Amino acid sequence: MQDLLGYALFCAVLTAAGWALAAHMSGVFAGRRNLMSPVLAPVEQRFYRLAGIRPDNAQGWKAYALAVLAFNGLGFLALYAILRLQGVLPLNPAAISGMPPDLAFNTAISFVTNTNWQAYSGETQLSYLSQMAGLTVQNFVSAATGMAVGVAVIRGFTGPKGAGLGNFWADMTRSVLYVLLPLAAILGFALMLQGVPQTLQGAANVTTLEGAGQILPRGPVAAQVAIKQLGTNGGGFFGVNSAHPFENPTILSNMLQCFSILLIPVAFCFLFGRMAADRRQGRAIFAAMGLMFVAGLLIIWWAETAGNPVLNAGPNMEGKELRFGAGLSALWAAATTAASNGSVNAMHDSFMPLSGLVQLVNMQVGEVIFGGVGAGLYGILLYVVLAVFLAGLMVGRTPEYLGRKIEGREVTLAMLAFLSMPLGILGGAALSATVPAALVSLQEAGPHGLSEILYAYSSAVGNNGSAFAGFGAATPWQTTALGLLMLLGRYAIILPMLAIAGSLVVKSRAPVTAGTFPTHGPLFVLLLVLTVLVLGALTFFPVLALGPIAEQAALTAGQSD
Amino acid sequence: MSIPSTTRSGLYPAALKTAFVKLHPRALIRNAVICVTAVTAALTTILALRDLMTGAPGWGVTLQIAFWLWVCVIFANFAEALAEGRGKARADSLRATKAETMVKLLASEDSPEPSLVPSATLRAGQLVRVDAGDLIPTDAEVIRGVASVDESAITGESAPVIRESGGDRSSVTGGTRIVSDSLILRIVAEPGKSFLDRMIAMVEGAERQKTPNEIALNILLCGLTLIFLIVTVTLDPFARYSGIVIPVVTLAALFVTLIPTTIGGLLSAIGIAGMDRLVRANVIAKSGRAVEAAGDVDTLLLDKTGTITFGNRMADAFLPAQGVAERDLVHAACLASLADETPEGKSIVDLARRMQPELAAAEAGGQPVLFSAETRLSGVDLPGRTLRKGAVDAVERFVGHRLDAALRARVDEIARSGGTPLLVAEGDRLLGAIHLKDVVKPGVRERFAELRAMGIRTVMITGDNPLTAAAIAAEAGVDDFLAEATPEMKLEYIRREQAGGRLVAMCGDGSNDAPALAQADVGVAMNSGTPAAKEAANLIDLDSDPTKLIEVVLVGKQLLISRGALTTFSIANDVAKYFAILPAIFVAAYPGLGVLNVMGLSSPQSAILAAVIFNALIIVAMIPLALRGVKYAPGSAAALLRRNLTIYGLGGLIVPFLGIKAIDMAVSALGLA
Repeated sequence: MQDLLGYALFCAVLTAAGWALAAHMSGVFAGRRNLMSPVLAPVEQRFYRLAGIRPDNAQGWKAYALAVLAFNGLGFLALYAILRLQGVLPLNPAAISGMPPDLAFNTAISFVTNTNWQAYSGETQLSYLSQMAGLTVQNFVSAATGMAVGVAVIRGFTGPKGAGLGNFWADMTRSVLYVLLPLAAILGFALMLQGVPQTLQGAANVTTLEGAGQILPRGPVAAQVAIKQLGTNGGGFFGVNSAHPFENPTILSNMLQCFSILLIPVAFCFLFGRMAADRRQGRAIFAAMGLMFVAGLLIIWWAETAGNPVLNAGPNMEGKELRFGAGLSALWAAATTAASNGSVNAMHDSFMPLSGLVQLVNMQVGEVIFGGVGAGLYGILLYVVLAVFLAGLMVGRTPEYLGRKIEGREVTLAMLAFLSMPLGILGGAALSATVPAALVSLQEAGPHGLSEILYAYSSAVGNNGSAFAGFGAATPWQTTALGLLMLLGRYAIILPMLAIAGSLVVKSRAPVTAGTFPTHGPLFVLLLVLTVLVLGALTFFPVLALGPIAEQAALTAGQSD
Repeated sequence: MSIPSTTRSGLYPAALKTAFVKLHPRALIRNAVICVTAVTAALTTILALRDLMTGAPGWGVTLQIAFWLWVCVIFANFAEALAEGRGKARADSLRATKAETMVKLLASEDSPEPSLVPSATLRAGQLVRVDAGDLIPTDAEVIRGVASVDESAITGESAPVIRESGGDRSSVTGGTRIVSDSLILRIVAEPGKSFLDRMIAMVEGAERQKTPNEIALNILLCGLTLIFLIVTVTLDPFARYSGIVIPVVTLAALFVTLIPTTIGGLLSAIGIAGMDRLVRANVIAKSGRAVEAAGDVDTLLLDKTGTITFGNRMADAFLPAQGVAERDLVHAACLASLADETPEGKSIVDLARRMQPELAAAEAGGQPVLFSAETRLSGVDLPGRTLRKGAVDAVERFVGHRLDAALRARVDEIARSGGTPLLVAEGDRLLGAIHLKDVVKPGVRERFAELRAMGIRTVMITGDNPLTAAAIAAEAGVDDFLAEATPEMKLEYIRREQAGGRLVAMCGDGSNDAPALAQADVGVAMNSGTPAAKEAANLIDLDSDPTKLIEVVLVGKQLLISRGALTTFSIANDVAKYFAILPAIFVAAYPGLGVLNVMGLSSPQSAILAAVIFNALIIVAMIPLALRGVKYAPGSAAALLRRNLTIYGLGGLIVPFLGIKAIDMAVSALGLA
């Protein structure tokens, strides 16, 4: 009961904060001045002048997409170089050597695509330079890329006829300057107060109470943790992520991080309503996402607190921090898989199969239950296009959303984007379940082994980044395959969605009449949820039946395998 | 024109035969989902035959699955053939009117001696003469003469219509017959391109092109098919990893039941049936696109005359002058109108008789004075009485003095209310006024309220002055009106609406309507209209009934709703199919997965067979819905969505659970699996 009250309070605070942040963001992306402008606007202007950017120069979808690709392509090359060369570069007190090519490839893609899948362990395989100049930089700009694309797509859906999608460079700069940096500063400072280290000194050598010596790795942790949560990145400073007492020392730090995971994605829903000049539209999308999130959370909570029926020993505490218990671990697990974050405060591998099922579905529907920053919103708009197209016909008009007709071009692009999830997840996982080079990565056989494969591929394609702990991701096969699929999961959605936005923005908007398909009421919320579940989740039903469902069914029947 | 019932009962065997003809790859390839189903069926058949020859266990079930997959394809073809068959019956009867005849070709308009040539050789621009009894060979324009023409072959209307040179009644259609007098015609259609040819092609569906929305829906269905292909193909390695070997036939069955065969099979039938509904309403669509656009219309421009009002002014009240008994006025007006055959005249007599039943016996007598353009009066000269009625100024001139102030006030009141005042006089004495009124058709107001609830604005187009127009607009309940409308104003109005993102529909007949008809998103031309109007429009109403515009909108909406409803139904069906087939495949390896068998199906084999049979039968069950169209009750989009989402969404989830369970019981009772 205490857990549920806590969840309710959490959701209420999150909704209020998201609403307020959306008000701030709508001003930021429209180029209006805000509280921080006196300090930051000169920085912004100087940056534009130096880089030769004209922020008011709106781009068409192709130019916008090209800018995204160019920026992320350069980001990938820079990060790859740093990771490979970290052994000879400065800020390397632990004398860590350069990363092998396949792992560097995987890691660079992982951070550029806002996935933050970690096939390495941070404290032993990354120098401080790699952490700060490499990963933390990408933590900011990959999140900003998602936000910029999100805003551009919203402009396509809601903007005046013939307007462009905005300027990528300006959107990205503003995302970093006015949203991510200030929030990260606040959160980072709060985390430091809670005891998260922020230092450039090497590992501490301490003598424990028993008199034995122990090496405690540390570093600039607070800064990276702050942005890893706010930017739905998820890549931890330490290998065990936010289960590590230096990354997440207290209950308060735990709640703050959980809140930060969902904050910007929630704000994007309300931002959509504001930019559409019809806040009901944003609330409907928020309601649909919220319903799915709460349903998933409650299932995980129930499964974890009920525990393993075979053991009959109270809540399932395997793989959990005693500090957090089943309730807070369930909340984190729901948030991190729903929001494409991927950081963990408990080992997902050890959750009950039913919880694993929810985590898998959260990712497999394409990270649209709040999802990544910006990415969740353009992802759900993909489902909105499909839902409106399917059911919109039933009111006797050719389907339209926000007054714009959904026609052949939009449907083609939406299906193209939509195909990437089953193709990447099912195709990749099927190969992995067949190829001997891939099978060595599995810790276990049987349904749980299948869940491990499935989790890895769902996480990569959904750009989530979390993993079932038993899965060995550092083999050349997995680093390469997962690296490529992270690219697919990111750009095979971004490009079609930008194209849809570009196609919609040139259409005239039909006025709202009594004959207009309503996209703001409870009925539409229900329709959207059903579309996500039937089109998104049902695709994975057969393989889920062989993985977590078979496992859970066996447990319920009293067999432990 | 209705199709004889004997033809209709013959439709089913013919359609069934065509369903098999359509198994030809060239026909199948036109429908991706059904083509994929056919390929899967062929593959399954080969496997079934192999099992049969090797005597592998379970060959019986495999054979049955193959059979039902073929049934699925045949049913989809049957639906399409049935829809096309309805059009063919009408096309045949149209073709019968396209008889080859000899026509009298003229070298010039005044050449006395025609030469006889076969009708098939006629080219546009040539001149021909047709006399009473001749068939009009092809579409043409009357350049000389007046004649009555029997157009029943095209319109089904038996009363002949007048066709004359000049003006808006100068066009004649091939296949109609001239019944009196003779005409000189200039041919306007090249061979094979006449209206009749187009109509035959249209109703046969031969020239049917997929409409934009249909194409978009097709892309979606192909995408879903591809996704389910990925699902079934990858299921094999996942199952092998789990130690399960799934027979290929089972995967084939899962694949076909998951892909949207219901809507895939019925999609073209829905489109053809929609066009057929228009044809039966006697409207010819020049493209399917127009029918779809009709569903999207936001603004309807309606001509006042004939659509909103009866088109003739009718007597509404008698207003006696001071010192005149109402009875005397009514009596005089009735007598003055008995010989008047115009609708106005008749309406005066009708009203008078209703008010004073004893006038029923009154008969025309004395010397009737007919209306002439010069006097603008009509009436009767009876022994000792001179009764006249007419426009105010004409009657004033007749009696030789002006109205008194009291009567003037009443006359002004009539004009202000949008009516037309007539004065009645006996000798030099003014008896009073008759209020002639544009009578709004009964039910029109309710119809417009319905349209408003659907989000459609109605705009009345009239040549009346703004005062009159406003009065009638208020009475009819239209949302807006365009008074003293000229063709330019109509065009301007349409452009303005379109600039606001609205889709506009209008109807028209005159050549001066052509620009507006072309500009409108949905333009309905009257068949009686000029060739220019018919060319500019995208729909032609054979009955020349302006009210038809509303029917067209409803047909368009119904077409889109049927498509959406069946798509939703088809996709919702998948949930139950998963729950039927997945436990059947996996339960041997993971007995725990028996919990997914929520329907309690008797055995894995019967579960798979039941799902496949359900998948085939549901197509047949939905054919009537596809051909008839989903029932459409006008209402707001929100109400429609709630209703249709409940019936086809929720129904689509539940029905297959019940259906598959029932079929499973039958299958196991019959020992089929």
